[in-house]
Amino acid sequence: MSVSDANATLAARDAAAPPAELPRLAVEQASYAYAHQRRSAPMFTLGATSFQARQREVVAILGPNASGKSTLMQVISGALKPLSGRVLLDGVEIRSLGTRTRAQRIALVEQQSPLVFPATVGDYVLQGRHAYGRALHLATEEDVGLAMNALAQVGAEHLADRRMDQISGGEKQRVILARALAQQPLLLLLDEPTLHLDIGAQVDLLERLRRLCEENRQTVIVVTHELGLAAEFADQVVLLHAGKCLRVGTAAEVYQRELLEQVFGAAMDVEIGPAGRPRVSLRSRASGEPRRTM
Amino acid sequence: MRPLTLRRLLWTCGSLVAVLLVLIVLVLRLGPAPISVTELVMNLGRMAIGRINQLPADDQLIVFGIRLPRILLGVMVGASLSVAGASFQALLRNPLADPYVLGVSSGSATGALIAMMVAPQFALATPLAAFLGAVLTITGVYFLGLRDGNLDSTTLLLGGIISASFLSSVIMFLLTLSPRDLRGMPFWLMGDLSTPPVSELQWIFLVGLIVGIGAIYTTAADLNLLLTGEREAAHLGVEVTRVKLVVYVAASLLTALAVSASGAIGYIGLLVPHAMRFLFGSDYRILIPTSALGGAIAIVAADALARTVAAPTELPVGAVTAIAGAPIFIYLLRRRMR
Repeated sequence: MSVSDANATLAARDAAAPPAELPRLAVEQASYAYAHQRRSAPMFTLGATSFQARQREVVAILGPNASGKSTLMQVISGALKPLSGRVLLDGVEIRSLGTRTRAQRIALVEQQSPLVFPATVGDYVLQGRHAYGRALHLATEEDVGLAMNALAQVGAEHLADRRMDQISGGEKQRVILARALAQQPLLLLLDEPTLHLDIGAQVDLLERLRRLCEENRQTVIVVTHELGLAAEFADQVVLLHAGKCLRVGTAAEVYQRELLEQVFGAAMDVEIGPAGRPRVSLRSRASGEPRRTM
Repeated sequence: MRPLTLRRLLWTCGSLVAVLLVLIVLVLRLGPAPISVTELVMNLGRMAIGRINQLPADDQLIVFGIRLPRILLGVMVGASLSVAGASFQALLRNPLADPYVLGVSSGSATGALIAMMVAPQFALATPLAAFLGAVLTITGVYFLGLRDGNLDSTTLLLGGIISASFLSSVIMFLLTLSPRDLRGMPFWLMGDLSTPPVSELQWIFLVGLIVGIGAIYTTAADLNLLLTGEREAAHLGVEVTRVKLVVYVAASLLTALAVSASGAIGYIGLLVPHAMRFLFGSDYRILIPTSALGGAIAIVAADALARTVAAPTELPVGAVTAIAGAPIFIYLLRRRMR
C-alpha cells in the first residue's frame, strides 16, 4: 500500500466524520482524583478542565512537575474515568467506546518501559495494527504497507529489520511514534515525547509532528514542560498548576510573565517574537539580566 | 520487514512435528526387547488406521501397551508445562517465570496429594484438586508480588520461591501424617512418568490439554502486546482483563493436568520457551505451538535418558530435567547476552 492509498483511506474516513465545525476533541469539565485506597482522602486531584481541539490542531498541555499533565492525558485517552465531566471524540464519549474501537481512534505515546523480549522494529510497529486484526492477527499486506508508511513518515524505514534493543534513544522515540501512527488515530496523544532527547532531536520531532498533523488530518495533544517548544509548535496551550487548569488559549494569550513566574517558580521575561509567538527567557535573580532563552 | 506468515508458522511447526515423530520412533525402540525400525513404523501405521488387532502379540504388549502410553503421557506433560511457562512469562512480564519457580506446581501437587488422601476412590478428584491448588497458588503469589499496586518482578519471584518451599513442607507434613502407604510419593513428586493415569482420566487430560493450549493460543497476539505493559496493551486495543483471566485459568489448568499426571517436573516451563525464542523469535503466535512441540520433545528425550542412564534402575524424569536444565539455561542466557 502506498502513501497515496493510505491518504485515500484517511480521506474516506473523514468523509464519514461529522462536519468540520464540530470539535474533534471536547474536554468538558473533566476532573479526576487519585486516592491510595478507595475510601481514603484523595492524594492528588485534577480540577475541572475544559478545552476543545479541532482537526490538524496541536495542543500543548503545559505545567511544572506534578501539575496533573499526565493525569489529564490518561483521562483524555480513556484509560481513567473522569470523576466528573466528560471527554468527547467527534461528539462520542470516549469511555463508551470499546477497547478496540478506542485503539483505532486514539493512540498514546508514553515513556517506554523496557521490552522483556526484544522484537524487531517492524514487528513493533505492526503492533499498532493490532486493533484492526482478526483471530491470530497475522499481518495483511495492507498492515505491512501502513506500518512501512508510518516508518517512512518518521524517517525510520531503514530501521525496519533492526532489533528494538539495538537502536538509539532518538531512533526508538521515532519508532514508538511510528507505531502510534500505524494505529491511524484521529487523536494522537504524546506524553513528554521530547524527554531525554537533545535539542536538535526535540525540534526535529516536533516539526515532524506538525507536518504529520497536517498530512494525516490528526489532532495532536502533547504533554510537555518545555515552554519554548510549546510556544513554537502549539496552536493552543493548556496551562496546569497543582492540579488546576489555569488558562487555555494561544501561547501569546497564556504566556504572561506574572502567571508563568508563579507557576514555574522562576523569574522570567516574555517577549513576542516576529511571528507573533512569545519567547520566554529566564532571568537571573542576582543580576536581573536575562540568562537564557527557553 | 518480515512479519510472521501462516506459511512460516506451518513450516516451523511441521518440522518440529517431524522431529517429535522421529524421536518417538527411536524411543519406542529403546529397551530390552529389540524391534526393528521398519517393523515399528509399519505397526504404528497399522495402529493409526485402526487395525490394532493385526499387531504381533509381543509388540502389542511391550511397545504399544507399555512404551507408547508412557511416551504419549510425556508428550502431553511436556506440552502443558512449556505452554504454561511461556504464558506465565508473558502475564507476569518476567522471563524467569515458570510453573515450578512460581510454586504453582507445588500448589497443584499439594492439592493432588490431599485429594489422594481424602478421596482415593474418586479418580477425578485428583486433577480437580490439583487445578484448585494451582489457581489458589498463582493468585496468592500474584498478590505477594504486588507492591503499591504494581507487579514487582523480584518480589514476585521471591513470593513464588517462598510459596514453593512452604508448600513442599506442607507436602512432607501430609506424607508423614498419612495413615496410607504413600511411600512412592516422593518419587512421584520429583516428576515421574512411569505410572500413567487411569484410563478414564486419559480422555479428560487430552481434552483439558487441547482446551487449555487452544484458549491460550487465541490470545497469542494479545500476549505479545501485554509484554510491553498492561496499560500500553490496553491503548493498543487489548482487552487486558479478559486476556489475563483466560490465560491465568488456562495456564493453571495445564499445570494441574501435568502435575496430577506426572508430579512436579521442573524447568521445562522455563527452558523450553527460552530455547524456542532463541530459535524462532519471541512472537507468541509462533512461540506457543513451538513451545508445546518443543516441550513434548524435551520430556520424551529426558524420559528416555531417565530410563536408560542407570538401567535397569530408573531415575525420576524430573531429576533429569533439573540436571540438564540448569547448564542449558546458563548457556542460553550467556549467548543471549553476548
